[in-house]
Amino acid sequence: MLDISPAEWTAILLSLRVAVIATLVATPFGIALAWLLARKDFWGKSVLDAVVHLPLVLPPVVTGYLLLLTFGRRGLVGAFLADHLGIVFAFRWTGAALACGVMSFPLLVRPMRLSIEAIDRRLEQAAETLGAAPFKVFFTVTLPLALPGVLAGMVLGFAKAIGEFGATITFVSNIPGETQTISSAIYSLIQTPDGDAAAGRLVMISVGLAIGALIAAEWFARRATQRLHGN
Amino acid sequence: MLRVDVEKQLGEFSLQASFSSEGRVTGLFGASGAGKSSLINMIAGLLRPDRGTIVIDGDVVDDTAAGIHVPTYRRRIGYVFQDARLFPHLNVAQNLDYGRRMNRLAADPAQRTRVVDLLDIGALLDRRPGKLSGGERQRVALGRALLSKPRLLLLDEPLGALDEARKLEILPYLVRLRDEANVPMVYVSHDVAELRQLATQIVMLRQGRVTSFGGVKVLT
Repeated sequence: MLDISPAEWTAILLSLRVAVIATLVATPFGIALAWLLARKDFWGKSVLDAVVHLPLVLPPVVTGYLLLLTFGRRGLVGAFLADHLGIVFAFRWTGAALACGVMSFPLLVRPMRLSIEAIDRRLEQAAETLGAAPFKVFFTVTLPLALPGVLAGMVLGFAKAIGEFGATITFVSNIPGETQTISSAIYSLIQTPDGDAAAGRLVMISVGLAIGALIAAEWFARRATQRLHGN
Repeated sequence: MLRVDVEKQLGEFSLQASFSSEGRVTGLFGASGAGKSSLINMIAGLLRPDRGTIVIDGDVVDDTAAGIHVPTYRRRIGYVFQDARLFPHLNVAQNLDYGRRMNRLAADPAQRTRVVDLLDIGALLDRRPGKLSGGERQRVALGRALLSKPRLLLLDEPLGALDEARKLEILPYLVRLRDEANVPMVYVSHDVAELRQLATQIVMLRQGRVTSFGGVKVLT
């Protein structure tokens, strides 16, 4: 039914790689930030919260351009990373992963934050009276109880990352085999005569991935409720 | 031995309490709002006194003048809350072993069996807390606190959330605990009958002040 060409496969596999790496790298940061926002009061908290959500409301092309300015070969951070650590983002798949990670970050953090907020803090107190130091409380009580939310956030972030288009194409362009993800491939195909069939196949694949992710996220959310009620 | 001499301002409410107890079960008695829970939370280290000292077994855990405040997790206390607070993601056996694991104590199967038998929770070991009745939950919480090998066991109205029948179900276990477990206890309650059965010494609190201290006979 789906007769996928090698070029399309390349785009699909690249999209998967970009989204998986973006999600895995973003997750520890997401958990840390979610915990900070859920549990701590500090100066500048609302600013931090707004900055995290910025990619959700900014035009993606603006986010992409800002990434280019910051992480491009001549950008402040980009030049440093390239000269000292040999990490280059501009026009590489790593740059696509960075763009996807940034764009999906608000979606990734939100369920994590909600699940941490939903945890009964008195359970953490109980753990402390049983001799658990704060970091042990986090790893044996907080994180396990928040796990379904963490997974839901990862799934949503992944779904967003795999479909990201605007920031990615602005930051790392649309190079087949290097930065051409499913979305940019579809964009190229519908501008080419006779590209409709190929575009249609890729569209079906991205719809399938998105629906799968939403179902998975919903399933994790339901698990979360069960877990908190101890059944 | 437990020595407490603390002051704490909580909004409008001021708590000023001083007592020392050698008793096996020190009952903290008073109406709700008398400051019992604040006091026991200070002994646990969950609440920090504004001024004063707390000494458990000769070990100073709070001394505001010297800037000492030992965090809860290093006080080696056990705490049984009114609402049990079992970990919902762990089964009963894992809940029981939690304190031992956190304190890096070697497994002590003999003690574990003793506590499990004492509280009759052997049949519950692989259940999740969500599947337990209120009374069962409280028994498991008792076992969990005991198995962390505390030097002092704090109980904050452990029967408060249970109906009369359940209370009568748990009370004998607490008596057995007092007579067999060999851990001094601080028992918070507003129920005279309960304290008469359990306590060996009474600290009576009223509006944040200790009004009397002595044997069970002060409960008149």
